Amino acid sequence: MSVFDQQSTRKPPISQIGAILWLRTNLFSTWVNGILTFGSLYLLYLIFPPLLDWMFFNASFSFGTVNLFGFDIKFSEAMATNQNCGREGACWPYIYEKLYMYTYGFYPRTETWRPNIVFGLTALLFVIVPLVKHYKHKNRVTLSLIILYPLVSYILISGGFGILPVVETHLWGGLLLTLIIASVGIIVSFPIGVVLALGRQSDLKVIKLFSTLFIEFVRAVPLITILFMASFVLPLFLEPGNNSIDKLLRALIGISLFQAAYFAEVIRGGLQAIPRGQYEAADAIGLSYFQKNALIVLPQALKISIPNIVGSSISLFKDTTLVLIIGLMDMLAMVGLTTADPYWLGRETEGYVFVTIVMWVMLYSMSRYSRKLELRFNTENTN
Amino acid sequence: MKKIILDSLGKSHHRGFNFRNLLYNNEARAFFFQVATLLIIIGLFYSAIGNLFENIEARGIQTGFSFLNNRAGFDILPFLGNYVVDYTPESPNLSVFYVGLINTLVVAFVGIILSTIIGLLIGIARLSDNYLIAKLSGGYIELFRNIPVLLQILFWYNLFINAFPHPKQSFSFLDVAFLNQRGLYMPRPILEDGFLFVTLAFIFGIIAAYFVKRHYKKKHELTGSHTSTWPYTLGLVIGLPILIFLLLGKPIQFDISVLGKFNLKGGMVIVPEFLALTFALSVYTATYIAEAIRSGIEAVDKGQKEAASSIGLTKTQSLKLIILPQALRVAIPPTINQYLNLTKNSSLATVIGYPELMSSFGGTVLNQVGQAVEILGMAMLVYLVISLFISLLLNYVNKKMAIQGR
Repeated sequence: MSVFDQQSTRKPPISQIGAILWLRTNLFSTWVNGILTFGSLYLLYLIFPPLLDWMFFNASFSFGTVNLFGFDIKFSEAMATNQNCGREGACWPYIYEKLYMYTYGFYPRTETWRPNIVFGLTALLFVIVPLVKHYKHKNRVTLSLIILYPLVSYILISGGFGILPVVETHLWGGLLLTLIIASVGIIVSFPIGVVLALGRQSDLKVIKLFSTLFIEFVRAVPLITILFMASFVLPLFLEPGNNSIDKLLRALIGISLFQAAYFAEVIRGGLQAIPRGQYEAADAIGLSYFQKNALIVLPQALKISIPNIVGSSISLFKDTTLVLIIGLMDMLAMVGLTTADPYWLGRETEGYVFVTIVMWVMLYSMSRYSRKLELRFNTENTN
Repeated sequence: MKKIILDSLGKSHHRGFNFRNLLYNNEARAFFFQVATLLIIIGLFYSAIGNLFENIEARGIQTGFSFLNNRAGFDILPFLGNYVVDYTPESPNLSVFYVGLINTLVVAFVGIILSTIIGLLIGIARLSDNYLIAKLSGGYIELFRNIPVLLQILFWYNLFINAFPHPKQSFSFLDVAFLNQRGLYMPRPILEDGFLFVTLAFIFGIIAAYFVKRHYKKKHELTGSHTSTWPYTLGLVIGLPILIFLLLGKPIQFDISVLGKFNLKGGMVIVPEFLALTFALSVYTATYIAEAIRSGIEAVDKGQKEAASSIGLTKTQSLKLIILPQALRVAIPPTINQYLNLTKNSSLATVIGYPELMSSFGGTVLNQVGQAVEILGMAMLVYLVISLFISLLLNYVNKKMAIQGR
């Protein structure tokens, strides 16, 4: 009798395991997919090597000696000039030289600590608010921060009130101005948006008519037309002789009204999602209109619309770049301004790439944040 | 019920009129609140308009629309609007308005077509089985939707005029079309007399193809026998015009650009401003359209796809016949909204000087004439009409797309 001879198990075919399997199922499952894979590899080959060459390998990093947090880091003997930078690669010393302009515009160099504190406060706020989430008085803390933060920031940046020297608004610029316009736009337009949304849902015909008209009109026209209106026509509407209204203020009014219409539509979406019974229950227990909205309807509606509110704020942040058209010196406008400097002529590409990177990083993290919020609120609704 | 109302209004016999009752009456409150709002709004308008007239008089700005007949006196970048309106600096300001309007519509039209194509491709590619394709399209969306469109317009325009070659070293496509920093040079067709018939044949072909398709579709529904109609379509839409074109002895000539001493001469040129603007707008808007398409496809129930493959449809067939028709129902409304956004964003052309409505009429004319109220009013009216048109379209599509029970 032959003894049962156990054979060792055979290994799976090489095409069914590991990296090869992954390649086969994900990149070469059909011959069409194979062609597409090679096509996209070729596309990557076309784009990336020249881009990397321009950004790094052919680029100039001769910053001279840079003082970073008190340490002297020596990149090269002297800072590169426009001439010895070459045209095949990026000239990053130009960005380094103009970094101040890109960040603060014409803000006086002696007063830089003021916007810096505001930047720091902003960062701190993003750290503190999530931390106090479990604190007993978190609502009070958050509310007081929301009121205090803009006030402190305004006093710091603009000065006056006999405390700090005044820095006029035409000196504000760069990233500082971009952030100011975006945050003021959001903060001011939000309450207007809530009122407009409630107005559009109202039973009062006149209120409903005007709210709807305003919202639909503003949403139908481009932001440029509104900015032009704010900068050319608004002064004409004001008291004669008293129309030297600040250029930045005019832009802020235009942007806030514009954004309010968009917020209103987002919040209206939230209002419509609240079940009828909530309104009726509030009426049944005898709450007034304001009590009903402040205590029952809005808290729920706003919570539902938070992801869309963030989404709309992201759009506003992108739209702040438009203020360069009416002559404000935001970060994007700095590209044109700094390359008009005869010493750095023709370095627009570096400028645009730099602004693109900064803007992209900010906008991308905001959009990730909004997606996270969306997921969080989604799961809460399904529970 | 009536008694309650009378009670609350204080008209009941044993109470008499009572201000307190009136104050706590909902209808009375609503009425007073609305009247107050109306009065405030009218008051604001009244004082604003009053100030406006005073200011205008003080600054010596004219009013009314007579400026539209005045000589414009400036050159406009030569593009389609110029040729259609036959614009010269001697033309009136009204012509500038028409030139701008036409150029806006051209950008919107080309941009909408381009962004739809890119968006559809990227949206489908995002859900591809192919890992690389899916990641690349995801990367495309994340990259371009998170950069302000104004920055993109400026970037491409700057790249165009700085990185593209001088006319002498143009990129040449078969010596017929040329691409350099002054734009895209293409042969200009010169139509001769007979060409009208070719156009008519083309239109006839489209109509005939439609009827052929309808006929076979009816046959398919009645008998179940399937006939592929694309040879007929091809023959009627393309073959017929070509046949007539050849029969008439090629009634068309081309004016091809030739390299002169400093620049290309002849042909027709598509200016870099237009190319950069259309490219940037399409690339940006396409990210939103792609997302709309993707969410539309994801909204289609998984069972639909499984059912399609279980009855033996190929992947392409199931995409074309089962998935896309249902996905588009979800995807089309946001896509149409994006068309409106693209049209509105075309006004950003003012930063690169492409002569559309807001840059030629709302920009140059406004600076020369100074009648901001009238000029901006006209420009806004145009955008209002466009957006009204698009929302009518949206309503129509929504009605058409609504699920119809049999």
